[in-house]
Amino acid sequence: MNRKYEFSFPVEGKNFDDAGKASVEIKRLLKELGIAGDVLRRTAIATYESEVNIISYAWKGTINVRVTDNNISIKIQDSGPGITDIEQAMRQGYSTADDRIREMGFGAGMGLFNIKNCSDGFEISSKVNKGTLLKILINR
Amino acid sequence: MTLREIANLLDAKVLTGEKYLDTEVKTAFSADLMSDVLAFAKPGSIMITGLTNPQIVRIANIVDNSAIIIVRGKTPPDETIRLAEELDIPVLSTRYILFETSGKLYANGIIGCVGKIEGPGSVVPL
Amino acid sequence: MNLTLLAEKLNLMVRCSGDGLDREVSGGYVGDLLSDVMANSKTDDLWITCQSHQNIVAVSVLKEHAGIILVLGKEPDKDTLEKASREGIPLLVTELSGFEAAGRIYNLINE
Repeated sequence: MNRKYEFSFPVEGKNFDDAGKASVEIKRLLKELGIAGDVLRRTAIATYESEVNIISYAWKGTINVRVTDNNISIKIQDSGPGITDIEQAMRQGYSTADDRIREMGFGAGMGLFNIKNCSDGFEISSKVNKGTLLKILINR
Repeated sequence: MTLREIANLLDAKVLTGEKYLDTEVKTAFSADLMSDVLAFAKPGSIMITGLTNPQIVRIANIVDNSAIIIVRGKTPPDETIRLAEELDIPVLSTRYILFETSGKLYANGIIGCVGKIEGPGSVVPL
Repeated sequence: MNLTLLAEKLNLMVRCSGDGLDREVSGGYVGDLLSDVMANSKTDDLWITCQSHQNIVAVSVLKEHAGIILVLGKEPDKDTLEKASREGIPLLVTELSGFEAAGRIYNLINE
């Protein structure tokens, strides 16, 4: 049987108080769909870091999660300043975070690295002053 | 150790989650960097941190921490406690600093939930 | 307990020995937020952190720490290392987590 589920969450830039809200909800929904263990964990971590990225750096964005029998694909699209040098942004420890982000416990240049580490498939593209698109695939 | 024993050892206040105090805990992860908690904390471990914002509760939910210990006697905002109640995560507050808290727990048999890091991202269990 | 002995017992790798590793370590401080470490750590503390950027050196100089240990296999940035040598702050790294490093150091100091 081939079942598909899809849900989307809007995320507002600079709304630091709500950081992680969408990801906790995504994790809850995935759990209800019977997803557990390592797959659930990796998906939740990847969405959390992505959500924090939107809040920290973009104007607004959307996290879209699509679940099939074989995998979970996550699409994170934001409108924002974009990333000039993706290779540099991917490097562990590289960060352009301000104090607000650091005091929250993020901004140590781990985000994209963590996301990639959790994914079986990872694609990132960005246009300066337009936004960034992140596609993540996690096999079930 | 149970959370109750940990609370006694650290002379900690139980801010929420009284009903989970008999939960057995074996491992811990100390950090103020939430990205590190996301990357390295393991299910069932306790998170020990100096942060108090509601995010620590959401992160604990994501990585399945068994409890949060807030150090340096800080009182978290109401929103943090409300969220912890909603997501069923016990929160303790101790006056000890992170270093002392880690030391006392380690002396009582709690180990780090990650052993050594070998190469970026790969974790070797203790 | 001095840094040389601690490094030996915990297998810490010395990236910069600063003004020397014979300085006595009286306590430790675990923290990743510079403002917190600035406000609450003490002189002669060994600072345990996973922050590797160069600002950590300035904090350590101001607070007169015995040294800095980077945990979780993090390596200091080039700038951090240069600044640490210039300012005489010992900088050591370990693959242990902050909890493990703090746990072991606390118990070695208080033995």
